[in-house]
Amino acid sequence: MLIKELTDLNGVSGNEKEVRDFILNKINNLCDSIKVDSIGNIIAYKSGKSSKQEKLKVMLSAHMDEVGFIVSGHTEKGFVKFKAVGGIDDRILPGKRVAAGKKRLAGVIGSKPIHQQDKDERNKITKIKNLYIDIGADSKEEAEKLAPLGEFISFDSEFTELGRDCIKAKALDDRVGCAVLIEVLKHSFDFDMYVCFTVQEEVGLRGAQVAAYRVMPDVALVLEGTTCADVPEVEPYECSTILGNGAALTIVDRTCYCDKEMVSFLSGVAKKNNIRFQYKQTTTGGNDAGQIQRTGTGVKTASISVPCRYIHSPVSVMSRSDFESVERLTLAALNEMNRDREFLKNLTKVN
Amino acid sequence: MQDILRKVTQAFGVSGNEEEIRKVITSEIEKYVDEIKIDAMGNLIAVKKGKSSAKSGGAFPGRKIMLAAHMDEIGVIATFIDEKGFIRFSNLGGVSAFNSLAQRVRFKNGTIGCINAEEQLEDYKNLKLEKMYIDIGCKSREEAEKLVRIGDAANFTGDFYVNGDRMISKAMDDRSGCAVLIEVIKAQPKTDNEVYYVFTTQEEVGLRGAKTAAFGIMPDCAIAVDVTFSGDTPQCRSREVKLGAGPAIKVKDSAYIAHPQIRRELEELAGSNNIPYTLELLDRGGSDPGAIQAAGAGVPCGGVSIPCRYTHSPAEMVSMEDLKNCVKLVELFIKK
Amino acid sequence: MGREDLYMNIIEKLKYLSETVAVAGFEKDAAEKVADLFKGYSAHVEVDRFFNVRCLKKGTDEKAKKLMITAHLDEIGFLVRSIDDKGFIGIVNVGGIDSKILLAQEVVIHGKQNITGIIGATPPHLLKAEDAGKALKISDLYVDTGYGGEELKKLVSVGDTVSFKSKVSVMNDSKASGKAFDNRASVVCLLEILEILKDFNHENDIIFVASTQEETSMVGVKTASYALLPDAAIVIDTCHGDIPDLSKDCSSTPGKGPEISIGPNLHPGMVNKMFELGKEYSIPCQKMVEAGDTGTEAWATQVSRTGIPTALLSVPVRYMHTAVETVSIEDIKYTARLAAEFAKISSIQLEKLA
Repeated sequence: MLIKELTDLNGVSGNEKEVRDFILNKINNLCDSIKVDSIGNIIAYKSGKSSKQEKLKVMLSAHMDEVGFIVSGHTEKGFVKFKAVGGIDDRILPGKRVAAGKKRLAGVIGSKPIHQQDKDERNKITKIKNLYIDIGADSKEEAEKLAPLGEFISFDSEFTELGRDCIKAKALDDRVGCAVLIEVLKHSFDFDMYVCFTVQEEVGLRGAQVAAYRVMPDVALVLEGTTCADVPEVEPYECSTILGNGAALTIVDRTCYCDKEMVSFLSGVAKKNNIRFQYKQTTTGGNDAGQIQRTGTGVKTASISVPCRYIHSPVSVMSRSDFESVERLTLAALNEMNRDREFLKNLTKVN
Repeated sequence: MQDILRKVTQAFGVSGNEEEIRKVITSEIEKYVDEIKIDAMGNLIAVKKGKSSAKSGGAFPGRKIMLAAHMDEIGVIATFIDEKGFIRFSNLGGVSAFNSLAQRVRFKNGTIGCINAEEQLEDYKNLKLEKMYIDIGCKSREEAEKLVRIGDAANFTGDFYVNGDRMISKAMDDRSGCAVLIEVIKAQPKTDNEVYYVFTTQEEVGLRGAKTAAFGIMPDCAIAVDVTFSGDTPQCRSREVKLGAGPAIKVKDSAYIAHPQIRRELEELAGSNNIPYTLELLDRGGSDPGAIQAAGAGVPCGGVSIPCRYTHSPAEMVSMEDLKNCVKLVELFIKK
Repeated sequence: MGREDLYMNIIEKLKYLSETVAVAGFEKDAAEKVADLFKGYSAHVEVDRFFNVRCLKKGTDEKAKKLMITAHLDEIGFLVRSIDDKGFIGIVNVGGIDSKILLAQEVVIHGKQNITGIIGATPPHLLKAEDAGKALKISDLYVDTGYGGEELKKLVSVGDTVSFKSKVSVMNDSKASGKAFDNRASVVCLLEILEILKDFNHENDIIFVASTQEETSMVGVKTASYALLPDAAIVIDTCHGDIPDLSKDCSSTPGKGPEISIGPNLHPGMVNKMFELGKEYSIPCQKMVEAGDTGTEAWATQVSRTGIPTALLSVPVRYMHTAVETVSIEDIKYTARLAAEFAKISSIQLEKLA
């Protein structure tokens, strides 16, 4: 299964090579040209079939990177100090398995046993700067050799099927988007399509910014894994999305007010094709759409996401049916844009 | 000018939902400009073409000037409707929980709602938007959904009143700036310069419209007309800017430092034409030039600011005298 | 500036540049001084509309790649916010300043003439018990110049710049302390690189940029890198020198060479080459891991247009953003040598790296 293959790869922001190589291999024969730019984005170009009309540029984007860690120091006894790459909740870290570097050296994030904690400590969250990774090294020298400064570290978490419809894995954010785009590349449309697998989303929407500048698209669609908080203790009005309720359309978040015509187009396509969808109910968070939308003279941008519980942790959970909804909606939307040429033309018209 | 100000302040145009205000402004100015464009971010760009002179061999000798005022206003957006018809919401732009309590909001379709807080809230220090809701007087989710859908935006209501020279309304930030630009357009100042009057979008959520507008225009210089805090209310921080003391020429805000040359030009123009002015050093909050100046290879930017009390509340106050002086100053700048 | 001044040694250059004033957003005069220094090495020196100083040193290769080396020339400082009738001046900061270091600090107000002022404080005897131990906000501080209000208002206006008053002093013959070493120490590096490359036929075009407004919006480097379209960039800035309060993974040791940063913000190919060159030419250097934003111009250059491969070299400076920033002279030399060795690589090599 593609999602398993993709989430098994490690690609912490700034070190996406493994994911990039895998995707390049998958899409090599599916597009007209491929550019890997200096920051590491893949920009796969698929020319439109139509030769007559003025071709519009449609950019589809998903990010390859995932949150993780980077080695920042070593203690005398051979423990590894680290910094978080991307937004990671300190609370989830103690007692987790990690894999360091290309060789996937096994390690665990250590913590002081509960027996040794005083009352205050028990109630406090240990900050990342006070945590350490044990890679089995006995000395500073050994640790430095095994996991040198700057080595990237990923969560170590096996892809597992949960229940009837769910999947647990790390990095669902945003390998789900990558999986959808690999599928999209198997299809051809009249418009020019630029499928971008971007880097460094988790550290500030970095890759998408330069990819969009290169492409200068008219329209962009961002495929994402988004937060899902339909868990106990969260009020219903605070749930961003609900697992199993279908593809999540963003109306507005902290980085992007999605183009309203596109959002209503997408919801229309979903209804027409009986694809389950929901609106993301909170306005927090952000993704590559924010950078892409404000590239050049502006890009009509929207994003479709797969709800993922426990995002940015080693145990993100998603529903297969949501993933299918996202994939179907993406393809249906592209087909509809292809069929209804007026839509794209009107959408991108500058009056 | 008062009529225009009334019209533009009362129009609907929460960040990202500038359709109505854009129409209002368009109908005011379309007769007076050479071209009107709306870009992908929804910015309204009105162009007054520069004159090419025979002397310069048909080439355009003047400056390409961008004038920006943002047409969006702060507001709220519906994020959830419960079974009883209460609406949970999030902010669009800098909305203070305290200023929102017990206010009325208006959705685009005219539906009015009032904002209140969960009753369990014991200490108002803990007042947060997440603990507040909009009541539109519906009994159920079904009934409410006929009027308001998730994703619908609403503005704060705040009628337009005149007290002598002072005017009170919602959205003086920055419709008063829009009104200044409209007045300048209508005055048809004679100039060889090419002037782009840009009514920008999504300023309140991060100077977003201005970024793409500036990139598309690539002007030689730009001036933003926006409101700024005044320093003349009880126990406020000491600031030079005061209502009625004339336009505030921008020195800095948290997004940019005015280009020294533009600031000097503005100061000289005001000084030599007897326009009263103060200098503005805004301690918090940014404005469109923060985005404009970094567009492409860069645009020297300055700001003409309108002193405004109670910014980001439903009752913002400005002075007509100040607005008129802003119009004068901006006109002088584009004629240069 | 006379020809002989070009041969100032590092400490003299550092003194000269440190005592030049360039509060972010107000760099025009300083930019012209820096431009004069560059003119000793190249005929292609210009000050652009944001007062970035650009200096091109042409390469020998016709199809040369363009390498940009930037160091910001601006410094943190203040602007006059208000002047009261008694002559006390209220200030706002430009750039990040720790208000705790400001009490009893000497400053210069750049009005119609330069006026010395001191930042006052309530005497400890008069401090209320509840205020003792609390840090003041910058908005609570005032500058005392000894002038009365009326007289002062003739000399100083709202919006005038205020800078730290601080002379460079040499410590233990090896270190210096003064104001604005962030980032004049790096501007000195630019001059040293030019000195090293003076008679060297390098293939690549090297564009030196002493940039502006790094401490506020980075508009200087953003616009310059957009306009110049370089194929690769080296950013030189300062980093935190180790002091007892700082942990090792966020500080470097003065005297042990430039910090070379590793992380998503930096291009791995260029970073590796830096380490290789350091080894090859026995130039000491230190490693710093940055998990995301480096807080330097590298963050801006990396995503300019379609992306510029970027490396970051930092000179360790202790007591950053105070009037007594302290730097090791050797580090300036090491940093300049390392960047110069990188500048010497062939254009084919540079193309391969980036």
